[in-house]
Amino acid sequence: MVNEFPQAAAPASRVRQVWQMLESVMDPEIPVVSVVDLGIVRQVRAGEDGRLRVGITPTYSGCPATEVITQTIRTALDQSGFTDVTLETLLWPPWSSEWLSEAGRRKLEAYGIAVERTEPGTLACPRCASRRIERVSEFGSTPCKAHYRCLECLEPFDTFKCL
Amino acid sequence: MSAASESVRPEPSAEDRFEYVLRLADTSLIAGQRLAELLGHGPALEEDLALGNLSLDLIGQARLLLALAGRIEGRGRDEDALAFLRDAPDFRNVTLAEQPNGDFGATIVRQCLLDAWQLESYQCLTGSSDRELADIAHKAVKECRYHWRFSAGWLARLGDGTEESHARVRTALESLWRFTDELLTPDALDARMAVCGIGPAPALIRERWETRVATALAQAKLERPAHQHYPWHGKRGVHTEYLGHLLAEMQCVPRAYPGATW
Repeated sequence: MVNEFPQAAAPASRVRQVWQMLESVMDPEIPVVSVVDLGIVRQVRAGEDGRLRVGITPTYSGCPATEVITQTIRTALDQSGFTDVTLETLLWPPWSSEWLSEAGRRKLEAYGIAVERTEPGTLACPRCASRRIERVSEFGSTPCKAHYRCLECLEPFDTFKCL
Repeated sequence: MSAASESVRPEPSAEDRFEYVLRLADTSLIAGQRLAELLGHGPALEEDLALGNLSLDLIGQARLLLALAGRIEGRGRDEDALAFLRDAPDFRNVTLAEQPNGDFGATIVRQCLLDAWQLESYQCLTGSSDRELADIAHKAVKECRYHWRFSAGWLARLGDGTEESHARVRTALESLWRFTDELLTPDALDARMAVCGIGPAPALIRERWETRVATALAQAKLERPAHQHYPWHGKRGVHTEYLGHLLAEMQCVPRAYPGATW
């Protein structure tokens, strides 16, 4: 939804509007989860000059999607009329897979990407739900994923790993 | 840390901070570029992906650190200018990082020795009095943990594998061991950074590195080589012949097309 005069709204409601808009900005590599689901958008706050600041954090230091994500967020803000909102990069606290929202977990699993949890033995095949699985490699097609295989249905699958 | 000891800490000079951050940045950058050379050449698809992932992490860490170094220097050099427009004598990486990939065994031995050093260094740097450096270290240490799992895991498999794989990692270990002295021997800058609370106490890194590496070598059924003093000082810009060749490949495009953008 495009707000014609977002600057006119009170700060608290503008913060809400920005959050709401960012929920529709999808990750370029995993287009079913938003940058909010992934915990990449860490905060939206009003700066001392009254302008809103969106704080974003990189997932992995070398994630090649980081710049595309920043650019996508910038474009989405501009197109929604939030042209005066500035972006800032926050390194602290470092991003962790714990920042993935519950909604984000469900969306990833529905998309066919299993989600590793800190408790061992909970990982299941996203296709047949079997727990008889094996890890092929701790590394996968993007820095945030590991490569697994199901021993029941024999399908390989990606896993969003713990960091 | 008590308020009293905070107040007596000397302030580091900008030159010292710049040099110190460059050492960390360049070590990650050069190690990352070495691993990038293996893209498409890994012994198996999984290992190819793994080495590529490690390379990305290291180059990402280098970008954060080089950007910080550029801000400290304050002369308008960004991470690209520092990575692509300096010559070999201006690089401050440890010489272990620039050693060629060799066979997979040699790559694993180099990574293992370096990963242990980076892991322990970043772990200590999370407590640095330089807040920006500490923030980067918090991020890097999480990545270095799985880098170490990968390299130490492979060292154990190769060392405790076949006669051939054992012989290859043993040869690599014996030839690369001389470069470890540089990782663990502090110079005046390391000492000054420790006094300022920016860098860790060098003795602490040595102790933790020795323990970590000894465990990995034991699991790999490899003997620790004898101490070898080797007179190279990458941290001061004195490098082995390999760095120039690596830089030629890494820097040729930005130098041929200055200021080009995608």
